Amino acid sequence: MSDLPQIANNLRQLVVKMITQAGSGHPGGSLGLADIFATLYFSDLFNLDPNKPNDPNRDRIIVSNGHVCPVWYAALAAKGYFPEPELETLRQFNSRLQGHPHKDFSHPENNLPGVENTAGPLGQGMSFAAGLALGFKTQKLPIKTICFTGDGELNEGQSWEALMFVSKYKLSNLTYIIDRNDIQIDGFTHDVMPLNSLKEKLNAFDFLTIEIDGHNFQSIQSALTHNSTKPKAIIAQTIPGKGVSFMENKFEWHGKAPTPEQLKVALKELA
Amino acid sequence: MINPDLNLNLKWESGDKSSTRAGFGDALTQLGKTNSQVVVVTADLKDSTKVNKFADTYPDRFFDVGVAEQNMMGVSGGLAAAGLIPFCSSYAMFSPGRNWEQLRNTVCYSNLNVKIASTHAGLSVGPDGATHQALEDITLTRSIPNLMVISPTDYHQAYRATIAAARHKGPVYLRLSRENSYAITTSSTPFELNQPQLLRFGNKATIVASGLMVGEALKAAEEIDAEVINLHTIKPLDITTINQSVTKTGKLIIIEEHQRAGGVGSAIFEAYVQAGLTLPPTKHLAVSDQFGQSGTPDELLEAYGLTWTHIVTAFESFA
Repeated sequence: MSDLPQIANNLRQLVVKMITQAGSGHPGGSLGLADIFATLYFSDLFNLDPNKPNDPNRDRIIVSNGHVCPVWYAALAAKGYFPEPELETLRQFNSRLQGHPHKDFSHPENNLPGVENTAGPLGQGMSFAAGLALGFKTQKLPIKTICFTGDGELNEGQSWEALMFVSKYKLSNLTYIIDRNDIQIDGFTHDVMPLNSLKEKLNAFDFLTIEIDGHNFQSIQSALTHNSTKPKAIIAQTIPGKGVSFMENKFEWHGKAPTPEQLKVALKELA
Repeated sequence: MINPDLNLNLKWESGDKSSTRAGFGDALTQLGKTNSQVVVVTADLKDSTKVNKFADTYPDRFFDVGVAEQNMMGVSGGLAAAGLIPFCSSYAMFSPGRNWEQLRNTVCYSNLNVKIASTHAGLSVGPDGATHQALEDITLTRSIPNLMVISPTDYHQAYRATIAAARHKGPVYLRLSRENSYAITTSSTPFELNQPQLLRFGNKATIVASGLMVGEALKAAEEIDAEVINLHTIKPLDITTINQSVTKTGKLIIIEEHQRAGGVGSAIFEAYVQAGLTLPPTKHLAVSDQFGQSGTPDELLEAYGLTWTHIVTAFESFA
């Protein structure tokens, strides 16, 4: 448990390396979420076994803000779902590491182990996660569903359709983790489309809403393990680009690859 | 001459009519009994999409998302990923109309086992007007990889198609009508996905139709001695049956309750080119880049050129 900061740092190094190698991708949110991804996959809070990626009883980590997939891929590789060198194929032709995550449910043999959903077009993973959680509840299966979403993503009307639905069906087996990093493509979220008091909005939708510092491992774990009879929403305040000084809190780094020179600086800071 | 091998209803023209949406709803209730994995999702259209019987009989497997078709599609994808077989129902204008991108990315790109059942397709929606008359849904669905597209002609065929869709692994779009159609098939008419039905033998032309248009095709065929093919599976499209018939008759007439661009006609033309075959002299009856309007189904089909008399006129205009 105590090595979570180190694991997260390793994920950040993998993220900047693979995005530089790919020449495109989304470092801002990926770096910002590294601490939470490290906690989810390395703290034994969830039923996740890299040797059994298709175990029907596994807990499901869903990523709705699919553009942060570099940190998802990094976490899966670090955990042993697939060999780490494959990370270098990110966004390349014929790679299992698509620019946005893809899962083919009819041909599981072709999928990148550990990836649980297709994502990228925003809002969709939130509905998908809601359907999963409802499906498990209907079949009385004690499987947990955790779904990442971004704050910019909440501009999508579908996000709120999903939140209403989750509330109606009281899906307490579902947790949304909202990456409250205040950036989106065109600028700061508070400028592009302000969400204002997000916690009150979610509470009004009858969620148990917990606000945390998304870089405090203890807060992350305690929010994830907090028992709730209601659906849970964790608003994680994160710093986009966290760990790389020239990327931190810069919306320009939402979706831009570092140059090889910038990579050197980044890796030095992350060492 | 009506194909004797298909156990068709020979008194279809004077018999009771029923709708494809009713056949879908009854099949769904039957599936509820035989397959515990089948679940139903609707977007505030329980009664008019005919899933109400399923909802009343299996309330624990019925989910109403409210007026939220995008979420309906995503939730259905999730239910399928949890091992269930979801049927999601709405009007064709809203599903795949409003939620096309969710259908494409969440469901079809992921190859999820979701059945999209959409009623109120075509002009025959009637008085609700153009906003509710989906004339583009075949284009929208058949252009998505992995998605099968089915347009049954009557109650019994919709029933059979619904059962077949549940058995098929992968996403399926069922195009259904609000309006009653002639009861042409019976409960003992064979039904196989992908296999177009040669309903009537003839010599002078081949009429290809699906859905409500099959009745019009049969009526016209009596006048002009035509063969009639019920193309209930629009994708994947089996061009062999059509081409065999056309090789005999020499002329092709396609009629569809849909825009001219991208529908059944387009699918057939593409298949001809793809197969390296030469199209015979062809007439294509469809909505010509127009919106519909309020009116009775009969008034609308007459005004937009989609009745049996229009087929006869088209036939007579062959050079």
